[in-house]
Amino acid sequence: MKYVDEFRDGELAKNIAANIAREAAPNRTYRLMEFCGGHTHAISRYGLVDLLPASVRMIHGPGCPVCVLPIGRVDQAIRLAREQGVILCTYADTVRVPASDNLSLMRAKAKGADVRMIYSTQDALKIARDNPEREVVFLAIGFETTTPPTAVAVKQAAAEGLKNFSILCDHVLTPAAMHAILAVEGGVALDGFVGPAHVSTVIGSKPYEPFADDYGKPVVIAGFEPLDVMQAILMLVRQINEGRAAVENEFTRAVTREGNLKAQELVAEVFEVRDTFEWRGLGSVPHSALKLRPKYAAFDAELKFNVDYVAVPDNKACECAAILRGQKRPQECKIFGTVCTPENPVGSCMVSSEGACAAHYSYGRFRETA
Amino acid sequence: MSTIKPNYTRPLDIKNGRVDMSHGSGGRAMAQLISELFAAAFDNEYLAQGNDGATLPAANGRLVMATDSHVVSPLFFAGGDIGCLSVHGTINDVAVMGAQPLYLSASFILEEGFLLADLKRIVESMALASREAGVPVVTGDTKVVEQGKGDGVFITTTGVGVVREGVNLSGDQAKPGDKILLSGTIGDHGMAILSQREGLTFSAPIVSDTAALHDLIAAMLDSGAQLRVLRDPTRGGLATTLNEIAKQSGVGMMLHESAIAVNQPVEAACEFLGLDPLYVANEGKLIAICAPADAQTLLEVMRAHPLAREAAIIGEVQEDAHGFVQMTTKLGGRRVVDWLAGEQLPRIC
Repeated sequence: MKYVDEFRDGELAKNIAANIAREAAPNRTYRLMEFCGGHTHAISRYGLVDLLPASVRMIHGPGCPVCVLPIGRVDQAIRLAREQGVILCTYADTVRVPASDNLSLMRAKAKGADVRMIYSTQDALKIARDNPEREVVFLAIGFETTTPPTAVAVKQAAAEGLKNFSILCDHVLTPAAMHAILAVEGGVALDGFVGPAHVSTVIGSKPYEPFADDYGKPVVIAGFEPLDVMQAILMLVRQINEGRAAVENEFTRAVTREGNLKAQELVAEVFEVRDTFEWRGLGSVPHSALKLRPKYAAFDAELKFNVDYVAVPDNKACECAAILRGQKRPQECKIFGTVCTPENPVGSCMVSSEGACAAHYSYGRFRETA
Repeated sequence: MSTIKPNYTRPLDIKNGRVDMSHGSGGRAMAQLISELFAAAFDNEYLAQGNDGATLPAANGRLVMATDSHVVSPLFFAGGDIGCLSVHGTINDVAVMGAQPLYLSASFILEEGFLLADLKRIVESMALASREAGVPVVTGDTKVVEQGKGDGVFITTTGVGVVREGVNLSGDQAKPGDKILLSGTIGDHGMAILSQREGLTFSAPIVSDTAALHDLIAAMLDSGAQLRVLRDPTRGGLATTLNEIAKQSGVGMMLHESAIAVNQPVEAACEFLGLDPLYVANEGKLIAICAPADAQTLLEVMRAHPLAREAAIIGEVQEDAHGFVQMTTKLGGRRVVDWLAGEQLPRIC
């Protein structure tokens, strides 16, 4: 298939793999974090680990929108749907995220809540238009990639005077999460980042410069295709070998330094940064999420329905927190693959195929048999 | 002389009429629907008996019975409709047991308000599929539910067949070393449904592969190849079906991604919607597992049949205490091909 096969070429992959193997020093470890779930998925789906030398170790980062959603945020949505009778719309994987009382949005739906899976914010607006007598709430999750469409929806609703539409805003910010990972006391065992693909098309490569300049960690922005990831790994190995720390861009076909200014303006017009936001795994991270500006308060479901956020601790046995910070591997969690499986996820990393645990469970378990 | 006038029944208004509650009540309206629509289309000697059940001749051999409910949405899609799908699906379930399908039953749950014209189209499509396959619908049932309690029409078909002498196919027969064959491209049915549902259009439309496989299977059995397992990878797709077989047989498998064919529009649609064709439903494909020495013969027999022109050997059965189905990727890596988790595509068949 045109524009796809070129980025999945096995021969080219072998060439890059040979370069990585030749250039990676065997007497050290290259601990590279792919921040995004999209990269985690590509690495697992194409078995890229088999193409890497033992000295290169990939660490799965927290860049999976549903994985970082804390229980309390899902509870909020469930309360809205069950107690206030709203039509709750959200993106598909979100409905499977475990919440309190052994519920998830999917289980709440089975108990009678009106939960709808949508593909686009436009679907949520349509549901609101088609059901003028009902309140429609869009549970808006995701990093900078999914934020502009939410901004468009809110502006559209305002322009149309759509009074029965509001959003529960859980949009989060990538650079803030990377700061949280790096700002651990005593330093963190990471040598570099494979930087986000789609997120970077929106925010550009500039916001990553502090990670190279202040923390001395190389960042290579990469597309989500397997060859993109391989090339980015090679570029990271080279930077590390040369003792450099810079932001480099492998994904030049889509990412510029400045990013998508129009999308950025749109987001800035509709949203402002929250003082703090709780992430699953990372805890409370300052300036790491967005909320609606006062101008759009009428569309803020938290205000409209007066649903407060109540923090809920994760399951004690669940290691999602350490896994999301890159401190543990999925198979090091006691409940991985036993009580926590993709069918019955306990932790959020087991929900989406972009989550570190689900990716390892679905694609990589054979490695543990060797 | 009697003065009772002969009955006059106004024929069903197929053009503008709709199903109403009386069509399921057991009264004259139901009798009329059955005779003018169902019996007229399916017309065969067993159905013509007009009894509560069909009396069938004694069968010679072990019987296979399979049943399948169909709730697909949309009812009409590129390459077929719920009618022919409900015939093919059950014939295939019987045939992959190594049986010659003989009879079908069909049970309809109709929603009040459903257009009779659409019902006629569906029933005629079923009748055509059944005639083409040579497997008559010998008995049936019709129920009507109130508007909002169904989704147009649900169809359950049951099939009966006789297993060929000496044939013993079962999901628990796969042995390490056996070859895994696939009859063609994957994902066509699921993506035909989904692209229609989502309003996706491609330069070449995606057409469902719905088809009855018993003729192909008969040719495969005729070849004398030592077949261990036959199965049609419907819901859950190729990946899920292979995992079922691996579990039943207590073996592992190694697949080769480059041997598994996917039509280009299907690949594009999957890419666009974030789906993996390995998990997308097929309705006219089969997986065959056979002794390694017979794989090439079997492959040639399959390729000689119009429904398996693109057949390929896609992998091998191997010993594995964990029962992992694995795959060598086009990139040269290796990965597990796991069971489908959760729901990828609801209401696909």
